[in-house]
Amino acid sequence: MKEKEYASMSKKRAIGNAVSYIILILISIIWLFPFFGLVMQSFRSYATEYGGMVNYIIPKQFSLDNYRFVLSNQTNFLQWYKNTVIIASFVAVLQTLIVLCVSYALSRMRFTGRTFLMRFWLVLGMFPGFLTMICLYFLLKQFGLTQAGAVPGLILVSVASCGMGYYVCKGYFDTMPKALDEAARIDGATRAQIMVQMIIPLSKPIIIYTALVAFMAPWCDYIFASYVAFGNDKSYNVAVGMTRWVWTNDYQGYFTRFCAGGILVAIPVTILFMCLQKYYVEGVTGGAVKG
Amino acid sequence: MRARKAGKFSLPAFLFPEIRAGRLFAAAVSSEQTVWIRQQLIAWLHMEMRGKGMAKEKKAKTGRHFKTPTELFFEALGNSIKEIGTTFVHGDWKSKLSYVIFGFGPLMRGQIAKGLAFLASEILFFVYMITFGGKYFSKFSTLGTIATQKIKRKTVYGDNSFLILLFGILTIVIIAAFILVWVMNIHENHVEEERLKKGKSLPTNRQFLASLLDSNFDKTLLALPCLGIFVFTVLPIIFMICVAFTNYDANHQSPTNLFTWVGLENFRNLFSFGTNGFGSTFVTVLIWTLTWAFFATFIDYFLGLAVAMLINKKGIRFKKLWRTILVLTIAVPQFVSLLYIMKMFANDGIVNAYLMKWGWISSPIPFWTNPTLAKITIIVVNIWIGIPYLMLIATGLLMNIPEDLYESARIDGANSFQMFWSITLPYMLFVTGPFLLTQFTGNLNNFNVIYLLTQGKPQSMQLTGNAGYTDLLVTWLYKMTVTDTNYKMAAVIGIMVFIVTAVVSLVVYNMLPSVRDEEGFQ
Repeated sequence: MKEKEYASMSKKRAIGNAVSYIILILISIIWLFPFFGLVMQSFRSYATEYGGMVNYIIPKQFSLDNYRFVLSNQTNFLQWYKNTVIIASFVAVLQTLIVLCVSYALSRMRFTGRTFLMRFWLVLGMFPGFLTMICLYFLLKQFGLTQAGAVPGLILVSVASCGMGYYVCKGYFDTMPKALDEAARIDGATRAQIMVQMIIPLSKPIIIYTALVAFMAPWCDYIFASYVAFGNDKSYNVAVGMTRWVWTNDYQGYFTRFCAGGILVAIPVTILFMCLQKYYVEGVTGGAVKG
Repeated sequence: MRARKAGKFSLPAFLFPEIRAGRLFAAAVSSEQTVWIRQQLIAWLHMEMRGKGMAKEKKAKTGRHFKTPTELFFEALGNSIKEIGTTFVHGDWKSKLSYVIFGFGPLMRGQIAKGLAFLASEILFFVYMITFGGKYFSKFSTLGTIATQKIKRKTVYGDNSFLILLFGILTIVIIAAFILVWVMNIHENHVEEERLKKGKSLPTNRQFLASLLDSNFDKTLLALPCLGIFVFTVLPIIFMICVAFTNYDANHQSPTNLFTWVGLENFRNLFSFGTNGFGSTFVTVLIWTLTWAFFATFIDYFLGLAVAMLINKKGIRFKKLWRTILVLTIAVPQFVSLLYIMKMFANDGIVNAYLMKWGWISSPIPFWTNPTLAKITIIVVNIWIGIPYLMLIATGLLMNIPEDLYESARIDGANSFQMFWSITLPYMLFVTGPFLLTQFTGNLNNFNVIYLLTQGKPQSMQLTGNAGYTDLLVTWLYKMTVTDTNYKMAAVIGIMVFIVTAVVSLVVYNMLPSVRDEEGFQ
């Protein structure tokens, strides 16, 4: 009797698992399809076939024409790519430094105005970012950091306000026992020494996480970048430069070239993310688990 | 079979890490890291309100007064005013002279570094006011009166309203900072005198400078970030709030034209429902913004939860593979994937092409050009983006549900649906309540998805200000700034976004089970 019940249960479980697998495979297909399409269309030649929209996915003939075009002198793609890499690297390094400083001060030290400062930044965060666009553009223009100087301008703007994004990092610092600090202070270490020699070496996951998030953001920055670099092709980033290939009607036949460029952008960023994914998840949950 | 009864874990120790994990993810999820901040504000407002209630209760109980944060602030303000008075009356001549010449007292007492810093800030302030700030500040009330003219083919520039407004605000802030430095200067004198009276020696300059790396390390760390935030966030925000009360638009562009204060005119315009008013458009956009945020948050949430449970299910293999496939969506830059999807659903896109090839439809489905269909498509595409995040978060949280809860439920004879309904769902909702709120406010301002997919289109003649049917308040704001150069209305909309976000968060926050009923899940 019992065995029979057990058998029926395992049968039920097998059917349940089969259904689950089917759903998971369907989900995977849906999630992978856009990427599959992107890759396929990037191999469709704009010269021998058509660069715009067609009614089939797999190209009739695989060619590297789009990649050749994108990497040639016919566009500023390489320049855009270089700009984005420069912006992303600088922002990643500087933003991490600033966030570490702010987080350390707010997490480990108690000073007058600390809560006021945190609340004030809180209120600031409730205003939509684009509101300040005109004013920022003007400020940057005063320093000559628009159009031709858009790259340093964008770095400056991203880095200047990043102190307000201290939450994740402060949360991580908060979980480190205060006793560590106190012990070091009894031994005569100054605050600065504690931060550099003790706290920072212990925060590898959160540093990698902060840097990774900071590095990924500029690749998608369209709004402000297009406003600051307006009209100056050489200082576009990849998002601004390539978005035109999709939106503007003059660029009807540029769709496959967009796909090729998109692949070239996506591959390094995706690989980086996948490699550091462990830290991403660890950094994000680390602060929680350690408490 | 009640989860509340079955679980034995207590709230604070066990649940808070999870709540924080949710918040952390929210910060990571949004393109703007500031989303998380909003929620913090509400926590503070809540404290403020609860403080008032507690004040009455505590007073009744103990007879002592319980202070809310605002009361504490005013108390501190009162104390420092009192200090200014008492220091002047009781202080020595060095302190008294310091009221006019900053840092005089510290300099005379050998505190060279501090004294010089105070003195330098005073000198800098007067130099700034005389050479630069003063002339803008004096015109602040009118924003300039001399118009730009053309005299004999030569343009003679008059007042520049933009500069007057911007530098006027800067000057006001600098004056406030100057007063603050003055108060600090007096406080410093007071402290030094007290120390000397008690017979203690004052710290040497070397000690003072060394303290910047030790007890005053916070000032060293925060100086640069605060300056950056002030110039690139605070100043622009104050500027744009002021613009909402002026007539700065395409017809009043500086430097060729002046603009001036108009009071509440723009707000009246926003709520006027006539042919030229923004009223009906604003209501349309606002309703869609709220609808979108609601669906985008909750559909993603429940589907993400379902997918996470599916992958977590016992007996399912290749868990890592399934997760990686989904995480790919987070890794690939959104402008690549979203623009591709946009083209996929276009009239000549691959989806319509195949449907027509197979003979299912005769004419392309207007995914992006029909208002209702466009809204549905956006929500569906957003599921594609949203599920992976939710899956990641839910995976971690699901593992935290104690296994014995399910065990005892199974013994009671509950089936898997019942277990989901009375254990998993209540637990998840409770733990991720704050996260849901941040998701919601984040979606209210979800610029990227809307703009990359539709740019707010389809446009309509019935809507003013270039708005389309899928425009959120933020995308509308963006269009008004960039396309229309209607800065005054953009500023008004910006303030509205602020109000909507604050109100929604405040209302929802008070409804959260984890806030209302802190001991609920025990």
